[in-house]
Amino acid sequence: MSPSQSVLLSYFDSEEHVLDATRAVREAGYAVHDVYTPYAIHGMDEAMGLKSSRLTWVCFGAGLLGTTSALALQYYTSVVSWPLNVGGKPFNSFPAFIPVAFELTVLFAGLITVAAFLLRTKTFPGSKREALPRVTDDRFVLALRADESDAKLRQMLERHGALEVEQMEVAS
Amino acid sequence: MSNQHTSSLRVPLVGEERTLGQLTGEICAPMERKPTGKWWVAFALAVATLAVGVGMVSYEVATGIGVWGLNKTIGWAFDITNFVFWVGIGHAGTLISAILFLFRQKWRTSINRAAEAMTLFAVMCAAIFPVIHMGRPWNAFWVLPYPNDRGSLWVNFRSPLLWDVFAISTYFTISAVFWYFGLIPDLATVRDRAKGLKKAIFKALSFGWNGSSRTWHRYETVYLLLAGLATPLVLSVHTIVSFDFATSVIPGWHTTIFPPYFVAGAVFSGFAMVLTLMIITRTVLGFEHLITIRHLENMTKVIIVTGGIVSLAYGTEFFIAWYSGNPYEKFTFMNRAFGPYAWAYWTMVTCNVVSPHLFWFKKVRTSPAAIFVLSLVINVGMWFERFVIIVTSLHRDFLPSSWSMYTPTVVEVGTFVGTFGLFFTLFLLFTRVLPIISIGEVKSVAAFARGTHAPAHASHPAHGPETPHEHPAEAPEPLPTPALAAVAVRKDMPV
Repeated sequence: MSPSQSVLLSYFDSEEHVLDATRAVREAGYAVHDVYTPYAIHGMDEAMGLKSSRLTWVCFGAGLLGTTSALALQYYTSVVSWPLNVGGKPFNSFPAFIPVAFELTVLFAGLITVAAFLLRTKTFPGSKREALPRVTDDRFVLALRADESDAKLRQMLERHGALEVEQMEVAS
Repeated sequence: MSNQHTSSLRVPLVGEERTLGQLTGEICAPMERKPTGKWWVAFALAVATLAVGVGMVSYEVATGIGVWGLNKTIGWAFDITNFVFWVGIGHAGTLISAILFLFRQKWRTSINRAAEAMTLFAVMCAAIFPVIHMGRPWNAFWVLPYPNDRGSLWVNFRSPLLWDVFAISTYFTISAVFWYFGLIPDLATVRDRAKGLKKAIFKALSFGWNGSSRTWHRYETVYLLLAGLATPLVLSVHTIVSFDFATSVIPGWHTTIFPPYFVAGAVFSGFAMVLTLMIITRTVLGFEHLITIRHLENMTKVIIVTGGIVSLAYGTEFFIAWYSGNPYEKFTFMNRAFGPYAWAYWTMVTCNVVSPHLFWFKKVRTSPAAIFVLSLVINVGMWFERFVIIVTSLHRDFLPSSWSMYTPTVVEVGTFVGTFGLFFTLFLLFTRVLPIISIGEVKSVAAFARGTHAPAHASHPAHGPETPHEHPAEAPEPLPTPALAAVAVRKDMPV
């Protein structure tokens, strides 16, 4: 990891153009740093060659943790700590514990998954990170890990509708 | 890829064509301009109504719940009616954002943000009632299971009322997270347009969102997961609310049909409330091309379906009351329809069973004025449904000597009216400070309206009502190069 790295930013004005360009440069063997878009583009993960997120597993684990915690809490309070005889019902009245177990499953899974997302993508309140101009509005930016000198690449980008191509040093 | 948007058989999801930049500008406009006179009038009314509620709740807390019209026979009435009513209102929000998302119903994109906000505000209104019903709201934390100094005394996990605590608090938390999570990209859009203090606030709120596709990719995954989690949650919440009644032994309450019936009723009333709000919003903010007649029409279709389920449930309840051969059950239902509260019962039937059928007519379904009136009628009907279930089942119980009538007091009515004040105050503030339409999601369906980038517009006959385009799609403007150059020299920009 070098302290700074060079990326080539190319601006596009539509979803179709940026998708085509991303596919083309990847096929030509260039390394895609990232693509910045105002909304989620379907098919972009495929074009960039991203693997499916492992956050689904986090969600599954968190849900399991929620179920276990809820059942353990209810068992402990109703059977171990303070067994209360209500109309002769069993202390460990499992069916009665299902609603709370379900709710806590959802609660744990939801909160932990979002927390994991924020950690993984390094988004948090007070982040100093800024967006490139107009990327959250109406522009699409393809960022490549490439050198300026490559004229063939520039040509290819322009052929796919790049409005502007700019070299930029970024902290890596 | 993009051709999937442009089948000539599809009706566009947003009206008139707009460029992406125009969409951003339009949706952000209500937050950026000064509030209009109409907004101030509405806000003043809402705050005044809220003040009534605050006054009533303060009086009630200071004096005790004896100021309500409850008696020994009718221990639950107005407060629980309102609680169930408001929780039900909330359901459509999550349904629109979660269930329609899972079913890939892209028409939800224009309305999901406002509907989710509506859910949050409705649940807040709902939560007020059980808390003040406790009589000593400052002890409300006793419902939580925590190690305490009163011996090893725990809450009773076998009580449906405690299930409610978990269901409602989980529902509120997950709805809030879902809503905020959906807002993050839009908050970044607002941040990038704002200046000064507003920029600083939105910078903190937007968590440093920079539109990276690697982030979008994970974001979409998590959004799908949250939708998947929220969907059964919607069903569970009203199911658990119905358990408050169904697990009791009171005739009229003790029925197995309650869980699905309550869920259908909740969706029914929730969609009516979304329609009420959306019709006002689109007119006041001029969003007729984003919240189109088609959106309204789709929602009325959901109302026809859920209204049908609710009607079927009324009929089934009545049939089973007779078929079961249980004299108490049969009496309760005859009493509902022909007893002293028959007026409430027949109001409910008129509003909930008869009125939705007007939506079979396309003329009614596509007229905002008619939809607005009917949505109010349905909300009234659904409020009466809860009132009928609760009060008529209690007021003539097993022992005729304890039979009694119930009339709400001024305090109860004032509290209920006050919750509307709270709801509308919050909603009006919401329209001022946050984008009420999901900018990112609307942009992703804007291609439906735009067709392809070629001037293919004229060749699409199925483009819905052809309107004169005030803002024709322009040729892409050149990017302001100096801005990009200024960024390009910044080494701290972690792209």
